[in-house]
Amino acid sequence: MKNLIPPLPRRVAIALALPVALIAAWWIGSADSQSFYFPPLQTILHTFGKLWFSSKALSNIVPSLWRFSVGYLAAALLGIAVGVPVGASRNLRNVLEPVLEFLRAIPPPVLVPVLILFAGLGNEMKALVIVFGCIWPVLLNTVAGVRALDEVLAETVRSYRIGALSRLWHFVLPGASPQIFTGLRQSLSIGIILMVVSEMFAARDGIGFVLVQYQRTFAIPEMWSGIILLGIIGIALSLIFRAIETWLLGWYHGLRQSQRAG
Amino acid sequence: MDRAVKPMLEVNGLRKVYEDASRTVEAIRDVSFSVGQGELVCIVGPSGAGKTTLLKCIAGLLAPTAGGVVVEGTPVAGPPPAMAVVFQEYGRSLFPWMTVHDNVALPLKQKKMPAERREELIRDALAAVDLKGVNGAYPWQLSGGMQQRVAIARAVAYEPHVLLMDEPFAAVDAQTRADLEDLIRVLWHRLRVTVLFVTHDIDESVYLGQRVLVMSHAPTVIMEDVAIDLPDDRTQLETRSMARFGQLRKHIYSQIQLAKQGWRPPSP
Repeated sequence: MKNLIPPLPRRVAIALALPVALIAAWWIGSADSQSFYFPPLQTILHTFGKLWFSSKALSNIVPSLWRFSVGYLAAALLGIAVGVPVGASRNLRNVLEPVLEFLRAIPPPVLVPVLILFAGLGNEMKALVIVFGCIWPVLLNTVAGVRALDEVLAETVRSYRIGALSRLWHFVLPGASPQIFTGLRQSLSIGIILMVVSEMFAARDGIGFVLVQYQRTFAIPEMWSGIILLGIIGIALSLIFRAIETWLLGWYHGLRQSQRAG
Repeated sequence: MDRAVKPMLEVNGLRKVYEDASRTVEAIRDVSFSVGQGELVCIVGPSGAGKTTLLKCIAGLLAPTAGGVVVEGTPVAGPPPAMAVVFQEYGRSLFPWMTVHDNVALPLKQKKMPAERREELIRDALAAVDLKGVNGAYPWQLSGGMQQRVAIARAVAYEPHVLLMDEPFAAVDAQTRADLEDLIRVLWHRLRVTVLFVTHDIDESVYLGQRVLVMSHAPTVIMEDVAIDLPDDRTQLETRSMARFGQLRKHIYSQIQLAKQGWRPPSP
């Protein structure tokens, strides 16, 4: 078999080429910008260093990440917990499908005012908004993954009289895991968006909150630096996600590769 | 082995009709036979003879419409405890997220036994199918023949009294197939397990079996119960070139041809 994957240094170089070029273009293009709204990148980065490498910055980053983590993980657990029985039972699917389709069609941000009423302005409300937005991709992909479990494997599990808990842990969840991860990946970006949006509505801290503050006080370089920070957080979360996925779905990528080769 | 030994597996008046809203399909009309303890019986029939349906009913994976199956004196109402099934699609019956070792280990974890005993069974089973040094490999890293050996090892480690095999070698190449056939004869001799082997390959059924049950076209009945009076010590080269092998093969072949034309034995 030919080695189609280039060595690591080259892969890193390929991956970084375009971002470096874009940053360079921004840097050069904005170098002598006089525009109030589009300050030079140098100014933005200078502000970025001052603003986000201070202990005070943590008082905004930590709450945001905390809300995101709680909301995202709760959505993941809930989505899988509901998705497994729904995927396994046609009757349950027939009953729940219209309701799920309706709930899924509601844009999560519109729930912010509603949730404020009974969950208040605190972290619970923001986590709930994130849960409500992130649960659907996980839930629907889990349902699809459980439905598509291999029939022969299911019969193997039955014929060896493997118990319910072992069946769930050793067959259903790993079998559906490639699809579950597809859902989790979609939810990741939704979660970041909702984290920021929920903080823009009503909050006392958080990245979304300070972004709106900067915008309202015309602190333009600060505002831009906040947006860059969000981008970096997004990349970092996606790298963590990728590492977990590679670890848990190593078998799946190997299987796919062997099927393509064979 | 004497046919008079107590029956390990009895199929009595088994009938299976698939029904849904639009139509009913009679897959199996009336099948009765019995397999004695330690026997190796092959079921051969044309494609579409309901062989897999019959096997699933025997395995307790499918409820028959009428009649029933008795294993070791107990009527089958779900997968019986002392039975293992080897499926045709080895690629789909092994867990791709588990190593070879874990694939063989999983059914054993259901049986409460000390970990040392479990490891011993796994080691012996993998050695019995000539697989060594692949414990940590994933099934998809192995060839088709090796994957089917893993599935057989898993069944062997389970220590079944009855081993059902559903066209297990239909998807491997001819050379591998011959090796695996010999492996089944060896394991059968060594473990004294009762084997019911479903195949569409006439030569394979004659080479492997002590008896061959010839199935009709669906709705299935048994056309004939052929005793294979070949010497017990079989080798691919010698057994297959015996005159008697040819006669048996020819006889079963003509039965299958009749089956394909829709002929069926007069009902008793």
